[in-house]
Amino acid sequence: MSDTLELVRETPLLQLSMQQTINRALGEILDTDDRALIFGEDVGVLGGVFRVTDGLRQRFGANRVFDTPLAESGILGTAIGLAMAGFHPIPEVQFDGFAYPAVNQIITQLARMNYRSRGTLPMQVTLRVPSFGGIRAPEHHGESLESLFAHVPGLKVVSPANPQQAYHLLKHAASMPDPVIFMEPKARYWNKAGVDLAADEETSALEGSVIARPGKHATLIAWGAMVSRCLQVAELAAEDGIELEVLDLRWLKPIDEAGLAASVSRTRRAIVVHEGPHTAGLGAEVAALVSQSCFDTLRAPVERVTGFDVPYPSGDLEDEYIPNIDRILFGVQRVLEYRRG
Amino acid sequence: MAPRALAATLDTLPPSQADAAAPGPARLRDLYRMLANVRQLDTSAVAWQRQGLIPGYAPMLGQEAAQVGAGFAVDTTRDFVFPTYREMGVAYTLGLNMVEYMSTHKAIWHGGLYDPVASHFAPFQAVVGGSVLHAVGWAHGQTLNGASPDGLGVGLAFLGDGASSQGDVHEAMNFAAILKAPVVFFVQNNGWAISVPTEQQVAGGSVAARAAGYGMPALRIDGNDVLAVLDATQRAVAHARAGLGPVVVEAMTYRRGPHSTSDDPGRYRTLDDEKIDGGEDPLRRFRSVLVEQGVADAAFFDKTDADAQTRADEIRDGVVALESRPGSEMFNFVFQESTPTLGAQERQWREESEHV
Repeated sequence: MSDTLELVRETPLLQLSMQQTINRALGEILDTDDRALIFGEDVGVLGGVFRVTDGLRQRFGANRVFDTPLAESGILGTAIGLAMAGFHPIPEVQFDGFAYPAVNQIITQLARMNYRSRGTLPMQVTLRVPSFGGIRAPEHHGESLESLFAHVPGLKVVSPANPQQAYHLLKHAASMPDPVIFMEPKARYWNKAGVDLAADEETSALEGSVIARPGKHATLIAWGAMVSRCLQVAELAAEDGIELEVLDLRWLKPIDEAGLAASVSRTRRAIVVHEGPHTAGLGAEVAALVSQSCFDTLRAPVERVTGFDVPYPSGDLEDEYIPNIDRILFGVQRVLEYRRG
Repeated sequence: MAPRALAATLDTLPPSQADAAAPGPARLRDLYRMLANVRQLDTSAVAWQRQGLIPGYAPMLGQEAAQVGAGFAVDTTRDFVFPTYREMGVAYTLGLNMVEYMSTHKAIWHGGLYDPVASHFAPFQAVVGGSVLHAVGWAHGQTLNGASPDGLGVGLAFLGDGASSQGDVHEAMNFAAILKAPVVFFVQNNGWAISVPTEQQVAGGSVAARAAGYGMPALRIDGNDVLAVLDATQRAVAHARAGLGPVVVEAMTYRRGPHSTSDDPGRYRTLDDEKIDGGEDPLRRFRSVLVEQGVADAAFFDKTDADAQTRADEIRDGVVALESRPGSEMFNFVFQESTPTLGAQERQWREESEHV
């Protein structure tokens, strides 16, 4: 028995991309949950514009995986009705910016149906949204909607940072009896990484944040595609003897307040990094939580390195908008050099 | 107003034998009893608001025939109704606990206290057109579940002429037609969306006419004739139940009262307009039919009206007795599985409210 376990542990990790692990997770969900349905624009025959649902229609049939008319509100409204009929919809909105036409159904219906019905009509709806920027796409293909959704009572919001997390977090999100917005960092769809499909099966391992890299001088707080960028920053800073901790928040609602407090109370400095606009971005919530829990130990005000209060720019300018390594390093420098006046 | 059937493309379709049987004397009297109950409760609810018992109400005066006729066509064992905020008559006809239904007007709970799953009547809601897509999704779920030998459960989406302006209603009709979902879009064209008349709301003048564009059959009927409404809805439901796809029923009726107890129709229409456009009262019309057919006499009407008053009084007693829900329910029904953040907010609320 123990020999077998050893063998399993020594098996080299699979090298998979996030597009592949999400596809694999969706297949397993459809396999094990016969009420699960996947639908949206181009998710069936085409397999999704990012090929995330590739092969699922062939495998599970057109009743389980189907293309809808091109109407996001219709997709969400239909999902709500299907959930009322006892199904478990896993709809896709093709790009973040096209969740806007569905926002009415998401906010006034999906997020409230459990409340309105006093818990008799649970909304087990897992909404996949390819999210954030970084792929030189046209307008409305690079938006960060987390602060919008996190502000809405009744929604849970999660964003994976790497292929292994995407696999486990999606399966976990899909098992939850409440609506979950699953924000897939589209810029990271094709990056392969070692994936342990057997890891993290415990629910507790899938809740809250994770420390992506331990450090002691300051905590970089990030989610989605910004986690790998912060890891690059930490690597560079380490060359100068600065040990940065990278906290991958993962769950944007609910935010892991305890994990956040634990990390920053050790490092005493925090920089929150996100792609979305600055004002009323999720970084403001993180900063408020950190100042409340770590006020006595903080050595500097919480720094925010974010997108600007401008519409997400055209591809040529997106590198000026998305927090890059230099801007994050400047943020790190500001908290390290801060002196009380 | 209220023209006779202008579009009746369902004429070519055979109605189901069981549903299409003309109502016999007992059923005719049942229909009148329900019309009287609904009229009385609606009238009483307006009075309750004036008395300060409830903060507000959306009267459905004049739409009794449309709502009771449609409600009688619903099989509550397998169909599901998706209402707006003005479907009291449908709720009553379906047999909901009307104290629990009225609780939403007492500001006890947004969706009302009734159990939507048990009653096959979705939670009361305020977004115009918001639940129409839900009917389509629910109905598609019935298709996916597979039909029983006697057909599919049918989703009935209730909407008005105002809602027909919403993009969601277009999306719902298009999705339903593409999915061939067993849905009946039951439109009460009551002439007014608060202060804006149908002429300024519905381009082309008819919601039913739009069905052709989706390849859907439609019926446009006199919504103040309860038998016409019952017949049309039964045929539409039979069509959907048989797996033949969605149907639009546009019941031409008239909102004889204000939009809500806060509204002042005098600012946008005159009493003369109301008299002319409202046409004959749907209850009085049906009364004449029953008398003509000799299925009801004065004693029946007296007893029916007295019973309706008694029932409304009983419901009033229930509404008076309704107590506020505990504040903890604000927190408890947000999620099936709550979050630590919400738990902390509830604890703080409890400590600080108990401190006071």
